[in-house]
Amino acid sequence: MSKQELEKVAGNGLINRRHLLGLGLAGVGVAASSTLLGADAGMNLEIPSWSKQPGPGASGYGSRSKFANDMQRLSGNPNPLYPGGGASRSPLHQLQGSITPNSLHFERHHAGIPDIDPSQHKLVIHGLVRQPLVFSYEDLLRYPMISKIYFLECSGNSGTLFGPNPADGTAQSIHGLVSGAEWTGIPLSTLLDEAGVEPEAQWINAVGADAASMGRSIPLNRAMDDVMIALFQNGEPVRPEQGYPMRLFVPGCEGNISVKWLTQIKLSTEPGHFRDETSKYTDTRLDRKSLQFTYPMGTKSVITSPSGKMKLERQGVYQVSGIAWSGRGSIRRVEVSADGGRSWADAMIQSHQSEKALARFRIPWEWSGGNAILQSRATDSQGNVQPTRTSLVTEKGNISTYHFHGIQSWAVNTAGDIANVYA
Amino acid sequence: MSTLRKRITLSALSFSICAGISGTVFAQSLGSPISESQLRGFDLIAPPDGSGYPEGGGTALQGKIIFESRCSACHGMGGEGTSAATRLVGGDMQSEERPIRTVGSYWPHASTLFDYVQRAMPADAPKSLSSSEVYQVIAYILNMNGIIEASLVLNRDSLLQVEMPNKDGFIDRSQAL
Repeated sequence: MSKQELEKVAGNGLINRRHLLGLGLAGVGVAASSTLLGADAGMNLEIPSWSKQPGPGASGYGSRSKFANDMQRLSGNPNPLYPGGGASRSPLHQLQGSITPNSLHFERHHAGIPDIDPSQHKLVIHGLVRQPLVFSYEDLLRYPMISKIYFLECSGNSGTLFGPNPADGTAQSIHGLVSGAEWTGIPLSTLLDEAGVEPEAQWINAVGADAASMGRSIPLNRAMDDVMIALFQNGEPVRPEQGYPMRLFVPGCEGNISVKWLTQIKLSTEPGHFRDETSKYTDTRLDRKSLQFTYPMGTKSVITSPSGKMKLERQGVYQVSGIAWSGRGSIRRVEVSADGGRSWADAMIQSHQSEKALARFRIPWEWSGGNAILQSRATDSQGNVQPTRTSLVTEKGNISTYHFHGIQSWAVNTAGDIANVYA
Repeated sequence: MSTLRKRITLSALSFSICAGISGTVFAQSLGSPISESQLRGFDLIAPPDGSGYPEGGGTALQGKIIFESRCSACHGMGGEGTSAATRLVGGDMQSEERPIRTVGSYWPHASTLFDYVQRAMPADAPKSLSSSEVYQVIAYILNMNGIIEASLVLNRDSLLQVEMPNKDGFIDRSQAL
């Protein structure tokens, strides 16, 4: 197909997503283009050395290619006064699809990762129940389980974008506190029913077995809905940094309430008002009132490629790709702009559009060497549309920096350099 | 489990298979009964109604000594903090500029201070303070914020009477869709 036949559907080079099916673009990275660059005439292909001797055989536990080792989570400098605090961010700019490998799933800890022997771990359900119960890990493995694909996002993800100046960052450093996985576990309602919820119970208080014994409160009606006790992540036991041997998983909601290393669920009439739902994870408005228990994550999308600190080496057709998600439903639509939001084109949504899961989107874009501002805008199944950064910051102010879900802008300059900007 | 319940569960199971629903039906109860008295040393939750406060107590003066040796490396000798996140004292939610949010200016419940220090502080040795030491340390933090007198013996009864300046500053959004 020649360039002239590509149907432009929005300003500054966006091409009809249908061309993804015929362009042979799938899988091309940011450095590739559709410009026909013939192979160097002096280059003759030979049989490579690895095709001439057998490699190592099967192994008990797999590892990635040593040539792919540069794909790493990004964490800040450790604070010696606060051992175990902090976070690490997923390399969104290097990942594809909508499932994050467990080794690269983002982390957020408040007192480090406990080294839990599952045979010694207990899960207690007590408080306003007819019969307080204690479960071992072995007990829980015997319950029927469900498997669901969900995103998980830290409430503080992208929070730097509330600030007055755009961060000089990457998709990973700005947005990397979101990941997607298949979670397998037991519906919390199963175990609450077994303990017998007393009629006056209105809340659950969930506490982890880490050194911070981190606690969060969740209304009982939410807890009885789609909340699960997750034992497996992408098919294997939940990793220690994700809560081994078990974590609460509250789909669509700020990651902090999916309490890791879950050990206690206490039913009560009122919330516990733990530190992490009063001092932290609350949203102070411009009128100085603060919103408490703001659980669902907003309708959001991020372009992961091309993205911050990448460089377009030559003019031509690129695949603009990213992820979209909503804490209130599935992703119905993702639009992409290459001219800072003046015109928009629909991207192809590649993934199955599961509720509260990451959806991969893609659209071809021809860069002709000029300035461009790439943006994406998601719409969910409830009709929620991702707001502009300006409208979000105008509405919420920047006293608190949780729940940023505004449209973010990657500026491409004439040299092909890409940077986060406010546009 | 009673025979009746077993029968109900089994019939529910067969119904769900017929209906093609995978999921949550289970045939047995595997949790072991435990009593609240067995959980006394395990349950650290101290909500605002005071139901989780233990015995013990003490004053800000006693707390100052503990604070200076166990807390000041991060929180400063006077609770001024070594970073915005570790500041405990001062601030004003109604200030013209961006408000500084601390225990004194922001936290709505005194119970949270007890609960958090008991479960998570000091960061390098959580749960190493006795209940009385927790009362004393939080008495000092509350006193530095001008919320209680230095002479007040903070205990399960007096802590229940402490009102935080920003107690009406929060809006419950837990049922928002």
